Amino acid sequence: MSNKNLFLYIGILIFGLTAPFIFPAFKVQLSILCVLIVLATTWNIQGGEMGYNSFGNILFYGLGMYLCASVQVGMFFPLAEWTESGGEKTFVHTPAQFFQGMAAGLVVAAIVPTIVAGLIGYSILGLRGHYFAICTLGLGVAAGEISGGIEIIGAGQGFTTPPFPDFGGLEARGEFFYFLSFFVLVFTFIAVRTIYSTRFKLILNAIRDNEDKAEAMGIQTMKYKIIGWMISAFFCGLAGGIMGGLVGYIDSTDVAFDGREMGVFMVLMAILGGKGTLWGPIIGATIFHIFKEGFWTFFLGWQYVALGVLIVVIVIYFPEGIMGWLREKYPERFGEVVDEADRKAQVELK
Amino acid sequence: MDFMVFQYPMITVQACLDGILLGILFALIAYGMALQWGVMNIINIAQGDLVILGGYIAYFMYLYGIHPAWGVIVSPIIMYFVGVGIYKLVINKVVDRDLFISILATFGISILFMQLMNFAFGADVVLANSGYGTTFLFDNNVVLPNSKIFSAFVSIIFAICLVIYMKKSKLGRAIRATAQNARAAKILGVDTEKVYAATFGINAALCGVAGALISITFTIHPYMGLPYTIRSFMIVIVAGLGNLPGVALSGMGLGVFEEFADYILGTEFRIGSVFLLLVLILVYRRFKLSRKREYLK
Repeated sequence: MSNKNLFLYIGILIFGLTAPFIFPAFKVQLSILCVLIVLATTWNIQGGEMGYNSFGNILFYGLGMYLCASVQVGMFFPLAEWTESGGEKTFVHTPAQFFQGMAAGLVVAAIVPTIVAGLIGYSILGLRGHYFAICTLGLGVAAGEISGGIEIIGAGQGFTTPPFPDFGGLEARGEFFYFLSFFVLVFTFIAVRTIYSTRFKLILNAIRDNEDKAEAMGIQTMKYKIIGWMISAFFCGLAGGIMGGLVGYIDSTDVAFDGREMGVFMVLMAILGGKGTLWGPIIGATIFHIFKEGFWTFFLGWQYVALGVLIVVIVIYFPEGIMGWLREKYPERFGEVVDEADRKAQVELK
Repeated sequence: MDFMVFQYPMITVQACLDGILLGILFALIAYGMALQWGVMNIINIAQGDLVILGGYIAYFMYLYGIHPAWGVIVSPIIMYFVGVGIYKLVINKVVDRDLFISILATFGISILFMQLMNFAFGADVVLANSGYGTTFLFDNNVVLPNSKIFSAFVSIIFAICLVIYMKKSKLGRAIRATAQNARAAKILGVDTEKVYAATFGINAALCGVAGALISITFTIHPYMGLPYTIRSFMIVIVAGLGNLPGVALSGMGLGVFEEFADYILGTEFRIGSVFLLLVLILVYRRFKLSRKREYLK
């Protein structure tokens, strides 16, 4: 079993490392795919495993995006003048400055959202079910509206992130961002996989299944809920920081705190693949991204109509997702012991 | 930051009056949400988009030379059927399921409606001009457009009619019975499926009225739906399900809050402050309940 998995991982790793050279035209798309997988996988930590369906992870994503870009600019140049000039090239990063700024920016983009999640976690995670969902939805939209009014990060006119330094052209830029996002993806996968093999995951599942009973068993549910959310926030911030550099332009409501797109996408991808599984969000994100890009390219203008229909169809007909469907079909593969007589009896009951 | 509010008391009066008139409209939308939340246990994220759609119906009448005030009659009739249609297509499949499923499904409907309206009516901010003029109060210091007074008046009439309808009519009784206990109602011969469809239709019709009034009084835009959903959600959780005076009062309170937020923080933070207020109210209630080791249900 583990031997087979090892080959699978190595295969994926090799594919990931060579992908930009096999499909050189799709480098940006592949980087976005990596970011989407990171978002879906980490949404799944508290959405799928913990049962706290959040629309608000977009808050950490947007925060990470703004922070990374602000640090990258602010380390070397006055931030206010940069945003005021609106992307005019009055200041130019040297390659060393760009990469230093990016590294520092990503560190800040990962840490600050984690702290924010820890700070607001105690208040927000006391809400349950749909109240939590709506509250986080409000949080995400509020963050977008408020950041759209703050002058120093560009307010309504947006924030141009530092352009990639002038060497190697588009090729080098694409490869840099691809390997950055792929590295983050691998890091996320290893981290999440490690988390899922510990007792921590069982505690999260206990919270999902019955929080009151989990508490009665002596688990400090609030502590674990906050930690779960902080882990999500860490990776969301990191993903946001990369995405900001990749897109090259940050707008408060259309790119950063885009609750209507990215905020729903992460939920949708996780549900499509199957909530509460390790591979579900990854498969879901891949299928979703392929579908989305196809639609965005060939039916431009109708993409939101398709998105709306897609959400309704997925939610109504596939609430368990692809992994859930597979699990029902081949329970043996998932390590579930199935008693033949029991199964027959169930069929008869139906 | 603008502290004019404290220096000129007339601005306070203006903001309060504006807020109350606006709040009555919010309360009407929230009443619809409370109705279908109470009966079907569904949170409809597309509520605001139904409002905007209702507004566009009135706006279309205005474009074709009919006075938009007639939209108050026409829009709910059309919207009733839209609501029943949505119920038949989507909502009846999510009624008994987890609330999050219904939130996500109606989120999908909301995105769909937003974009379809964007195609059909364009992305411009529009307004149906009613030509009602304005009223000046307190030595011309307070300016009230008559359309606002008209809309508040119409909302109150509709709300009263609905309350009477729910109390007296057969369908109203069936709806209330289903809200109390759907299973018992079914046993006693109520066709709950029909009741659900009617409830969603009535909710959509209320949104239609509110939308028509909003298109006369304020402006409408395809993407303006979500704030109305959030406002009505907020009003309902503050007032509680089935508490009508509470809905009216908290609606007005929200209206006044918004007007003051507009004056003090600036218009760009208006919507943001509404969403932030939602978060604060939920967190406040959570802490209040957690003292008794309970949580919002």
